[in-house]
Amino acid sequence: MLKLFFSNQLYLGLAQALVAALAAMVVVLLARKRGIHLERDTLIAMVRGIVQIVAVGSILLLLLRGPRWTSGLLLAGMITAAGATSARRAKGIPDAFRVSAWSIALGAGSVIALMTWLGVIDTAITSLVPVGSMLIANAMNTNGLALNRFRSDVLAHVGEIETALALGAEAKTSVSPYVQTSIEASLIPAIDSIRSLGIVWIPGLMAGMLLSGARPVYAAIYQFVVLAMIFAASGLTSLVSTLLIRERIFTPAQQLSLQPGR
Amino acid sequence: MNTPPTSDPTVRTEHLGRVVKDRVLVEDVTFEVRSGEVLAIVGPSGSGKSSLLRLLNRLDEPTSGTVYVEGTDYRQIAPRELRRKLGLVNQRPYLFPGTIEENLQFGPWQRGEYLSRESIEQLLARVGLKGYASRNVANLSGGEAQRVSVARTLANSPLVLLLDEPTSALDEASKLEVESAIQNVVRDHGLTCVLVTHDTAQAARLADRALLLEAAHVVRIGSVSEVLHA
Repeated sequence: MLKLFFSNQLYLGLAQALVAALAAMVVVLLARKRGIHLERDTLIAMVRGIVQIVAVGSILLLLLRGPRWTSGLLLAGMITAAGATSARRAKGIPDAFRVSAWSIALGAGSVIALMTWLGVIDTAITSLVPVGSMLIANAMNTNGLALNRFRSDVLAHVGEIETALALGAEAKTSVSPYVQTSIEASLIPAIDSIRSLGIVWIPGLMAGMLLSGARPVYAAIYQFVVLAMIFAASGLTSLVSTLLIRERIFTPAQQLSLQPGR
Repeated sequence: MNTPPTSDPTVRTEHLGRVVKDRVLVEDVTFEVRSGEVLAIVGPSGSGKSSLLRLLNRLDEPTSGTVYVEGTDYRQIAPRELRRKLGLVNQRPYLFPGTIEENLQFGPWQRGEYLSRESIEQLLARVGLKGYASRNVANLSGGEAQRVSVARTLANSPLVLLLDEPTSALDEASKLEVESAIQNVVRDHGLTCVLVTHDTAQAARLADRALLLEAAHVVRIGSVSEVLHA
């Protein structure tokens, strides 16, 4: 229907964005009625999201014509931003940004590097940057979920953790059940994505490949390849970040520093 | 580093204190506990009793003063070894999922040791739970769970038993069961013990000496009758 009113593609895009944002705001209002306040976070996230994607889209347009090394620079920038975003889910945990950035760099970065070297990801900027960004974005989400779950599990089990410490357990042993549940919970979306591939959703990448003339079977297989890479990158990120974070919630004298109200 | 005195008590605190964000939890607490002695720390809610016990187990770090364990500044003892020596029993038992035996093995396992079935039964007998080893902890009453918690701490062969309000979360019948188990462990086996309680009658029944804490400070320390009836 919007197409009837807007012939210019830019205006059409803005109108589509406005309608989609309104749909999101309706959900926010429904949540508000149930006492769940998402207004501020959602509004800021949406404004940031649209500004960022338009800005990056414009920069990409320039960079995609540049030399190949620019893709490394772009991916490194994305990893830093992803680290900062997911670190916000680990409030009260020292060094959350550094841990997140290193975990995503190791998790997503190593999968991107290996797959590019093996030829699974094409080295052309137009391929490496979008596929790489998908791996980084998913690693970011997984990292945020893992840290958030770990933080809330630790806060909910201070008594159990300190009991283990009081019985002479090492710090890492006292939180091992919560490391395990955090990793498992953080990987649920990645596993469900692979499980429901093609049945529940046909991802954007495959749609894009089809539109640009790729053979449907290859597009379908490559979509599986991307999801498997996402799982590898996310899983590695989650493993590394929980490993790095678990000792940071303790003092050198093995006292639990992450406590409610501290 | 201060030099400890020559005749070493089992535990001696020296000007022990903890302040968190300008809030004084414990201030300038000095006392000692001799081998085989039971010291009750009494006082109203919020007076710093549990905070003091956490400092003894070094679950929190003192912001002033220190603790000597048999003459050694406890900051020179590895935290895990210290916590084994000064075994803590909490107000709530916080048993780990599994059987009673698995709970009792937890402490020794941390040092790569294993308790024989006979040792497990002996520990359980000391808290009145002989024959309970293979029971799942999910099926225990409050009093039974707390007695398992005491036995689990004893499985580490501690030098001192730290008891933090061990019966305050229990009904009257369970309270008597746990108190009798403590009486057996402490009195009959001569274990050194620091007992935090708000129940002065319990302090009178179990302790040799008492320390009255109010608003983070020591108000009195001496024999139970001196402190409680002053």
